[in-house]
Amino acid sequence: MLNNITTEAANEPLLSLNNTRLSYQGVAVLQDITLTIAAGERVALVGRSGSGKSTLLKHLRSLLAQQVAWCPQQPGLVPMLSGYHNIYMGGLARRSAFYNVCNLIKPLATPRAEIAKLANQLDIDDQLLKRVDNLSGGQQQRIAIGRALYQQQKIFLGDEPVSALDSFHAYSVLSLLIHYHDTVILALHDTEQARKVCNRIIGLKGGRIAFDLPSELVSCEQLNTLYCSE
Amino acid sequence: MMTRPVNFLNTPRQLSFALALAAIACLLFADLDISANQAGRELLRMGQGLIAPNFWSLSTIAHSAFTTLAFALQGMALAATAGFALALLYRFAAVRGFCAFIRAIHELFWALIFIQLFGLSPLAGLLAIALPYAGTLAKIYGELFEETDAAPRNNLLRSAGFSAFVYTTLPLALRPMLQYTSYRFECAIRSSIVLGFIGLPTLGYHLETALGNGQYNDAAALLYVLLAIVVSLRWWLKKALFPFFLLAACIYLPPTGQFNWANILRFFSEDIIPAPLRHSVSIDFAALVNWLCLLWQQQIAPGVVSTLILSQSALLLTAALSLCWFPLNSKQFFSPLKRSVGDGFLIIARTLPEYLLAFIGLLLLGPSMLPAILALGLHNGAIIAHLLGRFSGNIALRDDACTGKNRYFYEVLPRVYRQFLALLLYRWEVIMRETAILGILGIGTLGFYIDSAFEEFRFDRAMLLIGCAAFLNMGVDGLAHWLRKRLHLNTTPETL
Repeated sequence: MLNNITTEAANEPLLSLNNTRLSYQGVAVLQDITLTIAAGERVALVGRSGSGKSTLLKHLRSLLAQQVAWCPQQPGLVPMLSGYHNIYMGGLARRSAFYNVCNLIKPLATPRAEIAKLANQLDIDDQLLKRVDNLSGGQQQRIAIGRALYQQQKIFLGDEPVSALDSFHAYSVLSLLIHYHDTVILALHDTEQARKVCNRIIGLKGGRIAFDLPSELVSCEQLNTLYCSE
Repeated sequence: MMTRPVNFLNTPRQLSFALALAAIACLLFADLDISANQAGRELLRMGQGLIAPNFWSLSTIAHSAFTTLAFALQGMALAATAGFALALLYRFAAVRGFCAFIRAIHELFWALIFIQLFGLSPLAGLLAIALPYAGTLAKIYGELFEETDAAPRNNLLRSAGFSAFVYTTLPLALRPMLQYTSYRFECAIRSSIVLGFIGLPTLGYHLETALGNGQYNDAAALLYVLLAIVVSLRWWLKKALFPFFLLAACIYLPPTGQFNWANILRFFSEDIIPAPLRHSVSIDFAALVNWLCLLWQQQIAPGVVSTLILSQSALLLTAALSLCWFPLNSKQFFSPLKRSVGDGFLIIARTLPEYLLAFIGLLLLGPSMLPAILALGLHNGAIIAHLLGRFSGNIALRDDACTGKNRYFYEVLPRVYRQFLALLLYRWEVIMRETAILGILGIGTLGFYIDSAFEEFRFDRAMLLIGCAAFLNMGVDGLAHWLRKRLHLNTTPETL
C-alpha cells in the first residue's frame, strides 16, 4: 500500500535543488547539490557526522516553511513544562490564542484525548504529566517526535529523530512516522534503519552527493565508503 | 594627524582609573564641611534611642506600616502588569525610549507631579511607584525574553505570535522574572517609605517627624518596624498569597484620588507651559530664550554640576566600601556563623533607604554634601558587597590557597573584579537618580531646584528641571551600558 502512494505521487515534485551551495555558520559545507524530491517518497540522508545532513535538512525545511512537521536533533523542549504541553505545542497554529492559553492553564478534553493516543503509540503515556527536564534523553526525544506528529502535516523532516532510542522503539517510532506522513525525509546514521524504512537513500560525502539511489540498489560497499576516510 | 587611540577605556584597569580620577576631581569641588558642632552628642542620643525604642502609639505605627505595604503592593501590581505589557513590545525603539524615560525620573519626582494632579491621595502615591517601576520591569522582562533559548520556539510550525510566546518564551523566562520582581518589591517598600517624607502617610512620614524633633526613641521604633518588614518578606511574601495581599491592600487603602478636572486640565494646558508662552497667541522667541538662559544660569547648570559632583564622589565611596565589605558575605573568608553576622550588617545597611540615611546624616553633620555621599555610599556599597560576596562563594580555590590578606588580593579580588565593575556600572544610574532627589533635603542638586519650583507653584520650571534630571540619568544609563558592552562585562540583571 505504501508503494502505491510512491508511484501515484511520483510525478509531482515537492521540491528541487539545482547546483545549490549551502553553508553552515558562514562555511560552505555542501556544493553542487542537485536533487528533486517528489511527494510520497521516503528519503534517507546518510553520511558521516559533519557531512552536511543537518544543513541540507534545515534548507529543505526553509523551502517548505510551515508545511512540514519538524523534528530536530536536539529536542529543544521547554524544560519546565510537562510532556503533554510540549507535544501540544505542535498544534498551536491550529487553534486560537485564547484556546491555547486555556489549555496551558488546564489541559482541555479534546487535545488531551488526541495527545494521550499519540503518547500511547510512542510508549510515553506514563510520562506525560511530568516536567520534561525530569525525563531521560530517549523519553525527551519521543516527546519531540510527539510534538512533530501533532503538527499534523503531510511531510515529515527529521534530523536523527530516533538516535537516542533502542532498536525496538526506533523501528516502532519510524513506522509511526511513515504511517502518519505521505512524504518522509530523515537524516539517519544507522544505515540499516535507512534501508528498512526508506525507499530512497542519498549518501553525502565530502560536501557532495555521493550517490542517490533507490534503497534496494544501494550496496554495502557504497555505504561503507561513506564512512571511511579517503 | 593624530589618530584616536583605539585602546581607550577598554580594560577594567583603565575604566577603574578613569572613574577614580573623575571622582577625585569631583571631591576637590565637593562641599564636605561638617557644620554641626555637637555631632558626637547627637550620635550618642541616637544610639540611646536605638537601645530604648519607644512604641509610642501601636495603632499609628501599625497603620503607617500597613499603608507602606499597601502602596508597595498596589504599585508593584500595576508596575508588573504594565511592565509586562510594555515588555511584549520591547523590540520597538519607541517603547524602549519611553521606558527609559519613565524610569529615569525618580518616584519622588513623580510623586510631586501626581500630588499636584490628584492631591495628597493614595492614587498619587500608587502611580508614583508604579510608573518608574513599570519602566524598569519592562526593560528587565524584555531583556529576559530576548535571552531565552530560541530552539523550542524555532521548532514550532509558526514561531511568531502570542501562542508561541506563552508556550515557549514565557515559561523559559518566568523564574528569573519572578525573582527580579520580588527583589523590586523590596525596593518598592523603600520607595513607599520615602514617599512619607513628602507627606504621604507611610512610615517615612512619622520617621521624618520623630527624627526632626529629636525623638530618637520614637524613630527607633519605626526603624525596627521597617527592618522587620523587609527582613520578614521572604517568609510571608509567597506567589500564591500575592492576590490575597493585593486585595487586602486595596480594601485597606482604596486607590482613590481627588479628581478636580479643572485643576488637572489647568495643570496641562497652563501650569506646565513655559511662563513666556502662556496666554500668548504668537510665540515670543526672545522671551523664551531669555527665560531659558536665566533658568540655565541660575538653576539647571548649578544643579547639574552639583548632581554630577555628588554622584561621582558617592560612586567612589560605593566602590571602596563594597570592596572592603564583600568578604563579610563570602565563604572564602568567614565561617557560616560569622558570615551571617556580616551579611546581617549588609542587609540592614541595604534595607535603610538612602534618603533616610541622608536625612539622619544631615541631622548629625549639618548641611553639606558629606552626609549625602556617606548615605549613598553606605546603602549602595552594602548592596554590591552582598552580591559580590555571594558571587565570590562560587569560586573554587585550591586546597592549599593562601589565607587572609593574601587570599583577598591574590586569589579572590582578581576573580571578582569584573563582576564588581558590572555591578558598579549598574548602580551608577541608581546613584545618579538618588543624588538628584537628595536635593529635596537641601543639598544643591537638581532636586533642590525642583522642590523649590513645586513650592513656588512654578510647574513649568519644575517640568523642565525634571526633564533635565531624566536626560542626565538616561545619559549615564547609556554610558554604563556602552562601557559594559565594551569591556564585555556581565549584563544579566542584578537580583538579590
